[in-house]
Amino acid sequence: MKTKWIAYPYILWMIIFIIVPLALILVYSLTTGEGDIRNIQFTLDNFKKFLDPIYIDVLWRSISLALKSTAVTLVLGYPMAMIISKENVKKRNAMILLFVIPMWMNFLLRTYAWLTLLGKNGFINYILVKLGFEPLNLIYNDGAVLLGMVYNFLPFMVLPIYSVLIKIDKSLIEAAEDLGAGKMKVFTRIIFPLSIPGIITGITMVFMPAVSTFVISRLLGGGQYMLIGNLVEQQFLGTGDWHFGSAISIIMMVFILITMAITAKFDEDKEGGGGGLW
Amino acid sequence: MVNRGIKRLYTFLIFLFLYAPIIVLIVFSFNNSRSRGVWSGFTIKWYIELFKNEEILMALYYTLIIAILSSVLSTIIGTFAAIGIYGMPGISKKIVLNLNYLPVLNPDIVTAVSLMTLFRFMNLEFGFITMLLSHITFSIPYVILSVLPKLRQMNKHLAEAAMDLGATPFYALRKVVIPEIMPGIVSGALIAFTLSIDDFVISFFNKGAGVTNLSITIFSMARRGINPVINALSTLMFIGLFILLLIINSKSSNNIGERGDII
Repeated sequence: MKTKWIAYPYILWMIIFIIVPLALILVYSLTTGEGDIRNIQFTLDNFKKFLDPIYIDVLWRSISLALKSTAVTLVLGYPMAMIISKENVKKRNAMILLFVIPMWMNFLLRTYAWLTLLGKNGFINYILVKLGFEPLNLIYNDGAVLLGMVYNFLPFMVLPIYSVLIKIDKSLIEAAEDLGAGKMKVFTRIIFPLSIPGIITGITMVFMPAVSTFVISRLLGGGQYMLIGNLVEQQFLGTGDWHFGSAISIIMMVFILITMAITAKFDEDKEGGGGGLW
Repeated sequence: MVNRGIKRLYTFLIFLFLYAPIIVLIVFSFNNSRSRGVWSGFTIKWYIELFKNEEILMALYYTLIIAILSSVLSTIIGTFAAIGIYGMPGISKKIVLNLNYLPVLNPDIVTAVSLMTLFRFMNLEFGFITMLLSHITFSIPYVILSVLPKLRQMNKHLAEAAMDLGATPFYALRKVVIPEIMPGIVSGALIAFTLSIDDFVISFFNKGAGVTNLSITIFSMARRGINPVINALSTLMFIGLFILLLIINSKSSNNIGERGDII
């Protein structure tokens, strides 16, 4: 059946709303000129500006926070995925559902909820004071932002690992046990290697939104807290240097595409595995 | 035995971590004082205030309208696109699929600013239309990605058989192909709907005067400071979604856990 023509409307849509916008961003990042089209000039200044230590610091803070949150979600999420995958079908579906439900709640509300808990007059400090301790400064710092990231992205780590774990052929594990492997050996030689596609999907699914967020950092880090996402927001909605903002966006995009390419390299079984989250 | 206890405790702590903020929000939506820490008696006044709050009601209205329109339109465009892409020869299929991945892989904020730049370039007034267009744009790739696997599973010869028996291509599409891939279309539409309802970043950059959605309203309220009306709103949304999820889950009980694609 000759059906490819019915994709043409979308191809047109894709050109207008995906390719042209990215091309525009690229053009903006490579030019200067105050709005007027006649003044536009080719330049690399927007990229050079980013090399300023202030901005490199922001980039570094974004990457290190994203790496930390990825590591924490992996350490917390892997055992959880294993525990769930060992339950019977009915129970594990219920547990996965419990994991999915908070994700259905508005992302901002979930983050806002932590304000309620961590705030200066928040619930945790209320309890601490009642117990006779000094109230702690729990909010508007790195820790609060990290917590917000871990909280929001933990399911992105657990779900792909879980969906790979339940697909592992049980007879492989039995075979290893029959051949005398202990529990630890079964894990390190069978379960863990087979779950790597899930881990890789999980890492990309946590790292990417974590490195580009500006909401978590704004709500839990406070108005002055800068991650690379906040920097882009500031350029486009605040001070208004769209050319510099575009350059940062391009840097962010290239960085993420490179990260994706590297993780894809680790993931040999790309088509079948990967947890199927995309 | 000890091992089992540790697992139980671990599971409990993780779920406590996941649900504690939500429970606190719900409990404090019934709190009589504005303070977030101190309990000072039961009240439902925040719920009453919520339904008098123009700002929130307008945002809710726009959120729902945009979610419905964008999910319907992106499902239609995306389903046809998927069928078309499926029939494409190797190389162009690969190119289109890779471009289709771009909005999925790109950080939200890059998609958001690129669309913002486009709309300004086209001199479109920021508002309902820009928000709707951007929502359709980021939803279509997910629809395609959920319809394509169903097309691959389908028996290739079904449509050919129908046409051999005298069906026109359009009739074969309507009577054979579409019913075969229906589960993919439905899950694509659901993903598009939830993505649209939940979206903040892309809407935030492409909103216009007077047109916002719930996420944007929550964001600006949360920045202004404590407002228990948000707690009431989140409680209602949580309960609403919970009920919706129970209904969906009772209808298709094992799809969610296996594929985890309910984002």
